[in-house]
Amino acid sequence: MTLAAQVARQLAARARWRPLEIVFWLAALASIFLLPSRHLILTEIAILGLFALSLDLILGYAGILSLGHAAFFGLGAYAAGLLAKYGLVGEPVLALFAAGLGAAALGFVTSFLLLRGSDLTRLMVTLGIALILREIANRYDWLTGGADGLQGIVIGPVLGAFAFDIAGHVAYVYSLSVLFLAFLAARRLMNSPFGLSLRAIKGNSLRASAIGIGVDARLVAIYTIAAGYAGIAGALLTQTTQFASLDVFSFERSADVLLVLILGGTGYLYGGLIGAVVFKLVQDALIDVTAQYWQFWIGLVLVLIVLGGERVKRLAAAAGGRIARLVGRRPKLDAKAP
Amino acid sequence: MPDLLSIEGLRAGYGEAVVLANVSLTIAEGSAIALLGRNGMGKTTLIDSVIGVTRRFGGTIRLAGRDITPLRPDRRAHAGIGWVPQERNIFRSLTVEENLTAVARPGAWTVPRIYQLFPRLAERRRNLGDRFSGGEQQMLAIGRALVLNPKILLLDEPLEGLAPILVEELLGALRRVFREGVSAIIVEQNARKVLDATDRAAIMERGAIVHEGPSRALAADRQLLETHLGVAGKSQGRRAPLP
Amino acid sequence: MLTILFDGIAYGMLLFVLACGLAVTLGLMNFVNLAHGAFAMAGGYVTVVLVNRLGVPFLAALPLAFLASFVLGALMERTLYVHVYAKSHLEQVLFTIGLVFMSVAAVDYVMGSQQQFVGLPAALQGRYDVLGVGIGKYRLLIIVICGALTAALQLILVGTRFGTRLRAAVDDRRVARGLGINVDAVFAVTFAVGSGLAGLGGALGAEILGLDPIFPLKFLIYFLIVVTVGGTSSITGPFLASLLLGIADVAGKYYVPKLGAFVIYTIMIAVLIWRPQGLFGRVTAR
Ligand SMILES: Nc1ncnc2c1ncn2[C@@H]1O[C@H](COP(=O)(O)OP(=O)(O)OP(=O)(O)O)[C@@H](O)[C@H]1O
Ligand SMILES: [Mg+2]
Repeated sequence: MTLAAQVARQLAARARWRPLEIVFWLAALASIFLLPSRHLILTEIAILGLFALSLDLILGYAGILSLGHAAFFGLGAYAAGLLAKYGLVGEPVLALFAAGLGAAALGFVTSFLLLRGSDLTRLMVTLGIALILREIANRYDWLTGGADGLQGIVIGPVLGAFAFDIAGHVAYVYSLSVLFLAFLAARRLMNSPFGLSLRAIKGNSLRASAIGIGVDARLVAIYTIAAGYAGIAGALLTQTTQFASLDVFSFERSADVLLVLILGGTGYLYGGLIGAVVFKLVQDALIDVTAQYWQFWIGLVLVLIVLGGERVKRLAAAAGGRIARLVGRRPKLDAKAP
Repeated sequence: MPDLLSIEGLRAGYGEAVVLANVSLTIAEGSAIALLGRNGMGKTTLIDSVIGVTRRFGGTIRLAGRDITPLRPDRRAHAGIGWVPQERNIFRSLTVEENLTAVARPGAWTVPRIYQLFPRLAERRRNLGDRFSGGEQQMLAIGRALVLNPKILLLDEPLEGLAPILVEELLGALRRVFREGVSAIIVEQNARKVLDATDRAAIMERGAIVHEGPSRALAADRQLLETHLGVAGKSQGRRAPLP
Repeated sequence: MLTILFDGIAYGMLLFVLACGLAVTLGLMNFVNLAHGAFAMAGGYVTVVLVNRLGVPFLAALPLAFLASFVLGALMERTLYVHVYAKSHLEQVLFTIGLVFMSVAAVDYVMGSQQQFVGLPAALQGRYDVLGVGIGKYRLLIIVICGALTAALQLILVGTRFGTRLRAAVDDRRVARGLGINVDAVFAVTFAVGSGLAGLGGALGAEILGLDPIFPLKFLIYFLIVVTVGGTSSITGPFLASLLLGIADVAGKYYVPKLGAFVIYTIMIAVLIWRPQGLFGRVTAR
């Protein structure tokens, strides 16, 4: 009785919105009006943020190490593309749900492969699944366009009313709304008893199962949800770019999103979003200088993060903001990072 | 006799957990000491801290006057410590002979002498060690520690789970080893089993040494045995670990 | 038929030489080195430069490729990798992916992104015809070299004190340390030799596997398959796994090109689920 009350109180305290969070989302909202010329990259940031958020759910909350999270992103991307191209679902929001559901279904099925086994097995299973999907998309080229990518996608107006425009205003508002709603749902979920039990599992799965937490069921659930989120992110990418290619499944994408999440920090939901802002702004700044060798810098950051630990992570985030400022692009969201 | 091993103010544990609060213990050269205590009292942690595979928070460990605390485990082994871990931990993809030769160092204890001490091992020198019975694994673990030619043996519950006849055989072998001047710490839960074979005894309780003195005196002191080791004077069974 | 088997064996043995270092580092330190392929790539490019630009004979370039990757591996191990062993698997993964990305971009910058070809001497081109079975000369050379290396490795592992200590350390690192085995030194040597072998494999394989900057990424999955299917408790496991993988891959591409790499990935996942310690790994007693 008292324990239940305590838990309830703790949950309520967690669920309360902190001022910084409100500022964060207000800043995001403001970016719609204040930065109309940056909507294209902001859309990319929102999508990447959602993708990283989804990885946070499994890595940060459930402790599952994945090297193939792009599998779900890619599935969502192709699902959305195919649904639109063949006129199966004309309305983007519906298609988004359908793509998310498809990815979640794949997540559900494959989650059973991850219940047992070490970090290494999980890592290879996830990597293998992404490779298999990529191979399928590559082989069935009559359907997917193979290596040329899925072309000729025409996306209808959102909710039947807002058609996508060249400058990407609709796309940004759409993506940001989806991100916000998805975030709200994730936040609610993680501050529920379910979220608490996940933390307990991550801390010590043996003890968790000893005190009667169904470890397997919870891992399956969170993996399924995260897969759905990644699918939605992928679908958003297809819908906002009207194109899907094999690289949605690529290893680099899985690795990049890992970096994004690590940059922002795991286990508090905002990490993926903040990481996405930093990552994209730095990428955008550096791409003019060293477009082709951009990967080198990603690699260097990864290496430094591990070798230097927390200190370098802070520095990298700060440097990201600085660089962005130098190039005259105000890091609207980053400045509000907690 | 000069001190061979002296532990001073040792604080050690695992991760963030401090298991040994403030342990001091000295072992004279040529002496064997029984380390007694119930389940989970920190005996293994103390042994493992001497060889250096736990996390040390403070204190020093000296071997023959030399401070070995800054040394890595393999250096400590070379400095003269022979470790027989509680789980025995026979290298399972190595044959009996390889288990010995992999770690052997020059000195009086050679592989043939180990075979003399434990003839059963000689018969199975080409077998893989992990197919062995508990007693044979224990012999191999002791032999493996001996070929390092240590100044001191750390034996973590070498008699655990062995049939009485094997206990006698093993204790006999250990007595012979001690007679050649090798010092030892023998961890045991059952005081009766080892007090005859050792000259001193220490009792651990919750990460601290609560008694230290001659084995013979302890063997005679029912009161002391009763308070710290419960029915350990009589019972053979192991209790479940403390939560 | 037999030609395919022959090609598959050559391919498999090549994979073994490429991947055996990874199996040992994984088994010894439980360290996930996703950058293993970068050392193979280094060997490949060293050979390309030596043979094509400096005119070194191909066979003389092979040991140099080994040496280059050996030195590179030893340096990296002592300066960078040592700091990462004690870290979590997540950090090991991030770190080694970082190295892969850096090596890919660096090689791209220095050598360009196009595929490289090693000028093979004429004596190694063409094939013998033995009883109607086409035997590629170059593939025969691969089998001979890799076979000899495998035998040498096995001899070292079983017949030398270093090998015994290495196996002891793989079995139980903590206890090996406590019994006086300098596991870090054993590991450093193994890492360097493993990198050197990968470099040699990269040199030999440039012709068959194709050499370009994304080599470490392209073959990562193959290395991982060898390690998962073969287990890490011996080198016999990875050896058999490499042969199987090589033959399956060559045969698969020949008979059912439609399926592509699909089969291999599926097999890997199936094995991981069925026997996480590998098809040929010994079941842990405890
Ligand atoms: N690897 C570990 N990590 C964390 N705590 C540990 C670890 N090993 C032991 N402990 C804790 O340290 C305390 C002492 O354990 P230790 O193994 O030293 O006891 P012991 O006296 O050897 O017991 P036993 O007779 O059962 O072997 C126990 O509370 C145990 O839970
Ligand atoms: Mg113990």
